[in-house]
Amino acid sequence: MGLYPKTTSFLMGDRGLLLEFGDEISREINEKVRRMALAIQAEAIEGIIETVPTYRSLLIIYNPTTLSIEDLKKRLDLIEEGLRETPLPEPKLISIPVVYGGIYGPDLEGVAKYLQSSPEEVIRLHCSQPYLIYMIGFMPGYPYMGELPQALVIPRLKTPRLIVPKGSVAIAQRQTGIYSMESPGGWQILGRTPVELFDPEKDPPALLQMGDFVQFYPVTEKEFENWSE
Amino acid sequence: MERVEAFEVIEPGILTTIQDRGRYGFSQFGVPPSGALDSFSLRVGNLLVGNREEEACLEITLMGLKIKALREVVIAITGGNISPLLNEESLEMWRTHLLVEGDVICFKKVRTGCRAYLCVSGGLVVPKIMGSSSTYLSGKFGGLKGRALRRGDILYTLDIPSSLDKLGLRFPGDWIPPLEKEVLLRVIPGPQDHHFTKKGFNTFSSEYYQVTPQCDRMGVRLEGPKIERRSDLEESIISEGLISGAIQVPGDGKPIIILTELVTGGYTKIATIISMDLPKVAQLKPGDRVRFNPISMEEAQYLLKKQEGRLRGFKDSLQR
Repeated sequence: MGLYPKTTSFLMGDRGLLLEFGDEISREINEKVRRMALAIQAEAIEGIIETVPTYRSLLIIYNPTTLSIEDLKKRLDLIEEGLRETPLPEPKLISIPVVYGGIYGPDLEGVAKYLQSSPEEVIRLHCSQPYLIYMIGFMPGYPYMGELPQALVIPRLKTPRLIVPKGSVAIAQRQTGIYSMESPGGWQILGRTPVELFDPEKDPPALLQMGDFVQFYPVTEKEFENWSE
Repeated sequence: MERVEAFEVIEPGILTTIQDRGRYGFSQFGVPPSGALDSFSLRVGNLLVGNREEEACLEITLMGLKIKALREVVIAITGGNISPLLNEESLEMWRTHLLVEGDVICFKKVRTGCRAYLCVSGGLVVPKIMGSSSTYLSGKFGGLKGRALRRGDILYTLDIPSSLDKLGLRFPGDWIPPLEKEVLLRVIPGPQDHHFTKKGFNTFSSEYYQVTPQCDRMGVRLEGPKIERRSDLEESIISEGLISGAIQVPGDGKPIIILTELVTGGYTKIATIISMDLPKVAQLKPGDRVRFNPISMEEAQYLLKKQEGRLRGFKDSLQR
């Protein structure tokens, strides 16, 4: 079905409104989410506390004692009507170095085997094109990116790891991501980047942002260890 | 204004963190709000000691915290009753007290609820990260170096004149939310209630669920009758934004209440707890039982306005 002809909205309790723009992961739907999030931020509506843009929906958290749900919906309808005129910032392309395989990418061999390919071919495919950042979520600075070439599609691990090291570059289904912090996780780990993705003291705190693109490139273990930004 | 030493941590207790009303505006970078789970207690405590409602305080989980005053300070303790003592004597909650240098406050034993809030006149001073003093434990930033208190930590406040005029102030007893072992939580269905069968939604809204030991600032996992889902819809959804109070039901059919340290998730959410009942969730501990009662948006907003009206009334009474 793709992009809904009419955006649907759902209540998330008495202070959340979820706008849903489509029913799948697609660039068209994601661009509408982003456009809407930017337009709402630009309006700076009194009473809106937070907007959470994701793949195909936008959660709006508001203060119902100062902004009624009726007024909020009216404002959002108006914003959506004028959405075509909302300019999108030019997307940035960020290059991310990755040391593939070995202790840094414990699943590289397994992934190659599953895909009846070789580690070299998996690396080549993973670095073969830039990926769109659909959203930042799950943890601070974690980019959900896609889509992987069809030849790289693999399910998540059957048993998630309790500890995935910070910087791990991983794939699952049509998506690829980078663990910006150490955490549990179930994606297949191909390698690791020395680049710092999140710094709470910086403005903005995340290196990568929704709507930008990431291009991976392989580096040696030595380059990884001597990396300085 | 200068910051001055207010307390020394003698024993950190099970889990004590610095929290304010939360960190907003950064979820597009994957940063969850954090903040005091029982925001009602935070707000009342701050009003009692003459602070702004959102000032940073201590969130004290279960028991064991012991702190020593390093100067004269005005404090108030609100939230769950975990037996606060001042120099080994019982200390009344929901009212202001004056501490002098050397006084020792400790929390001995859990009577009702799970989390107490200690507010100090002048607030607790830590570097603000993204505009907030709240500790985000899994992100390891905010509050005191992004972690829980440790033995030997020093807590700072602002050097403002002691609000002695506030001494002995009480919050009206009949406005203090009662804490029980069986808690009714009012919810608004959605956004994915349609992923469950009628029978499943009935189970959810009529049966009791028990709080398991897996409960922390990220969420509360419940045990109870399995909630039946529609077999023609997938168990997981495309990841979307989370709000505290959202009730996720993963594949095993057992509900999880989402709290303030999560930002996105890919599980179906059957309903969301109304704002007014979130403080009750903050006071749940393993073994407590909850039941969910669906209400309308209009009712939820009426209840919230009533509560805000009371808080405003209390605030006005303090300024007279």
